[in-house]
Amino acid sequence: MAKSSFQVARLPGFSTVALLAFLALYVPILTLVVYSFNSETTMGNWGEFSWKWYERAWDNQAVKDATLRSLIIASFAAVFSTALATMAALGTTRRRSFKGQTFIYVMINQPLMVPEIVTAVALMILFGLIKTITGVHGLGYLILAHTAFCIPFAYLPIRARLEGMDLTLETAAADLYASPWATFRRVTLPILMPGVIAGLMLAFVVSLDDVVITEFVKSAGQDTLPTYMLGQMRRQLTPEINAISTGLLVITVVLLTAFFLLTRKKD
Amino acid sequence: MTERNAIEARNVVKAFGQGDSAVRALDDVSVEIREGEFFTLLGPSGCGKTTLLRLIAGFEMPTEGVILLDGQDITYLPPNRRPVNTVFQSYALFPHLTVAQNIAFGLEMQGKPAAEVRARTDEMLALVKLETMANRKTSQLSGGQQQRVALARALAPQPKVLLLDEPLSALDLKLRQAMQIELKRLQVETGITFVFVTHDQEEALTMSDRIGVMSNGKLQQVGTAKEIYTRPKNRFVASFIGETNFLTAEAEGGKVRLGSGDVVNFDAPAKGTVTLTVRPEQLRLGPADEAGAIAATISNLVYFGTDTHVHLELADKTELVARVQSPATGDAGFERGGKVGLRFAPGALQIVGD
Amino acid sequence: MSPAEEAQIKQSARNGWLLSLPAIVVLTIAASGPLLIILLYSFLEGGTHGNVVWSFSTEGWSSILWTKDIFTDSYVWADAHLAIFWRSVKLSLMTTLITFVVGFPTAWFIATRPPKARAFWLFLITIPFWTNLLIRTYAINEVIRVEGVLNLALMQLGIIAEPLRLIYTDTAIFIGMAYVYLPLMVLPLFAAIDRFDMRLLEASYDLYASRWHILRKVILPIVKPGIIAGSILVFVPSLGAYVTPRVLGGGKQMMIGNLIELQFGQGKNWPLGAALSLTLLLIVTVALLYYVRVANGEKKHG
Repeated sequence: MAKSSFQVARLPGFSTVALLAFLALYVPILTLVVYSFNSETTMGNWGEFSWKWYERAWDNQAVKDATLRSLIIASFAAVFSTALATMAALGTTRRRSFKGQTFIYVMINQPLMVPEIVTAVALMILFGLIKTITGVHGLGYLILAHTAFCIPFAYLPIRARLEGMDLTLETAAADLYASPWATFRRVTLPILMPGVIAGLMLAFVVSLDDVVITEFVKSAGQDTLPTYMLGQMRRQLTPEINAISTGLLVITVVLLTAFFLLTRKKD
Repeated sequence: MTERNAIEARNVVKAFGQGDSAVRALDDVSVEIREGEFFTLLGPSGCGKTTLLRLIAGFEMPTEGVILLDGQDITYLPPNRRPVNTVFQSYALFPHLTVAQNIAFGLEMQGKPAAEVRARTDEMLALVKLETMANRKTSQLSGGQQQRVALARALAPQPKVLLLDEPLSALDLKLRQAMQIELKRLQVETGITFVFVTHDQEEALTMSDRIGVMSNGKLQQVGTAKEIYTRPKNRFVASFIGETNFLTAEAEGGKVRLGSGDVVNFDAPAKGTVTLTVRPEQLRLGPADEAGAIAATISNLVYFGTDTHVHLELADKTELVARVQSPATGDAGFERGGKVGLRFAPGALQIVGD
Repeated sequence: MSPAEEAQIKQSARNGWLLSLPAIVVLTIAASGPLLIILLYSFLEGGTHGNVVWSFSTEGWSSILWTKDIFTDSYVWADAHLAIFWRSVKLSLMTTLITFVVGFPTAWFIATRPPKARAFWLFLITIPFWTNLLIRTYAINEVIRVEGVLNLALMQLGIIAEPLRLIYTDTAIFIGMAYVYLPLMVLPLFAAIDRFDMRLLEASYDLYASRWHILRKVILPIVKPGIIAGSILVFVPSLGAYVTPRVLGGGKQMMIGNLIELQFGQGKNWPLGAALSLTLLLIVTVALLYYVRVANGEKKHG
């Protein structure tokens, strides 16, 4: 009889707990997805498979507006925050450490440390004042707020990419008559690109997911998809919410898969 | 080869760090590298050879001193404005470009017309025999091929001086030996001044017109391979290049008295205590009772194939190593504990400074 | 050092600053700067219809702990606030503990898979990590609400006759937070275990250690930085949670986040809201400083 060899890394019960944890993580999500296809309104009765709730969401003007608004804000915030994060990453890596560098790190990572509700309240007060004084109520406030809290997420993969980059490549470019700008354009940026795209995608997902800050900063009629959903959850729940959630879930999974494939190449 | 200087470093000092913790990577180094020569900077790691190379390339600036190229002061000129190219130890090939694009990079940056860039790139591909690899990504190449791309890329803009920073250290022995010949061929064919940095004495001896031996941030000796091997200036040079023996002796007018009491004819310029060096292959072993020979006991024998190292002990316990060619029969007739008579080949003894 | 070298170093530092400046400006305007406004507002007098009146007052701060009884004009303990603080801290600590107990075996499991399988399991943990918090909260709501799948399943199996009324209780919030924050615990734990040299286990077994000894004396001490990082990553957002208690607590079982919102909404007490926000920020800062100290201490020893 073949005996299995002694497994040093095996700890009793760990695998069981882990598999149960994965089960617990996915059962609720799958429930949500499955019931988005239920033709009936309540979970108690399963009617038949149907796209009804997706159609209803699609025909709902409020959902359409909120979706469009979410996408606009996420696009602007992702592009702006990635541009700013790229510059900051270039400024804070691969050079002799300088005075104030720690301050810059703290500033960049600050949105990760301060509870969202606190930032949300602070922004509500500040932007409220500005709105009263100027009378301007645009999406600009939301885009600015989203840009700020997306910066640390965009910064992360770009910085990692820069730190993994061979410094002598730029030295080699300079040696081959490239000016500093030409070195950046022809060598640094192309090699940095996967990191920039990864940052762009993370920032997009983070902006698309935000509830708390948006909820406090938005003016009337500026619902994004998540704040619209939060509003709906106070009322009678219908599987329409499941359908919208499933849609958002699909976007997240697609972007994440792309992100994984993009960053995996590096190794 | 002309007598004009391609590179001249004058009293160059390079300190890293500040105040008390400052380290002098280069300590008052002056050197002249002639146009068209293959010049090697040889020394152990941390001796300052790579720092000197980086100062010539313009990647770093000296703390003190001046660097001239063709008689022009280039000390503070940025690297992209120096007609000097580098082959990096890690090759530093651009991973996002093909072989041909890598080679064309410097030419494009110089703003050469497209036709010329093409022609020159093709020429370079042919020179390093990589015509069939032109459109490959550099990550798909072997170590030796990457090495050749790095060479072609640095040679393409026809620099006044080519700097090579331990370019062969990542290759295995066979490839390294092939590349040594290849490098020498390229240098002769192109007529470009090569400044080659290595810690490998064999590389230095086989390829160089002249060698500069460095240690502790100082240039110890400059000369041809033969000069440096046969007339080492000091203890460091003697021991770093090849194997050698050291003997302490008293010089007394045409003779030296060794620690063992034996007296050897040697025309020493100075009187008093001197340090002598003698290469292992310059020791001659004969019968113990030979007249005029120094009595020695064999303390150990190490067989190396082509030759055998015979470890000897003199009367005063001074230890020496002699290298004896192994005879065809394989047995030189020595044995541990045996007595032999030792002589030095004519002119083999050298006085070295400390 | 030569003047040229010094100039080069200065130039490098200046470039570093210039490149970081745009990000710093945006973050100052829309993240750090506004925190000062809360500080200001916490020392102002509340307006009757919300907002503030521009005169100095410490009422915002004092009313965290005491409320003025309108009838007797005396100060009484603000029991409701204290209860909410207590609930927040209690639930956050419980969440941190349960996510560690479940998350550690999970991270260990992922880290000990063969490379290909590991990427797969890691991906499975990353999806919930990046999925909208609201969606995940809603998903758990689908499971535990009165007509949720949990009750449906249990009644179908005949285990219970009446549906469990979990929703809108502390337990519901606890389950929800444990669910949404579990990936935040697993990822740093995984990173720490991934760096763990498995040969140490062979060495330990060789030196007669039992599995229990190894876990306690070898594994846990070495992956401690990951445990602390994961705990902070779970504890900090738990304490400031807003969405999860709102959806699963139904507005009855509040946490600090909801209490803060209340002051800016129906409560119409902006100075109190501002003071509560700063209190929350203070607790979080203390936790983070503790983390930095422990993490630095680890670095020095390791």
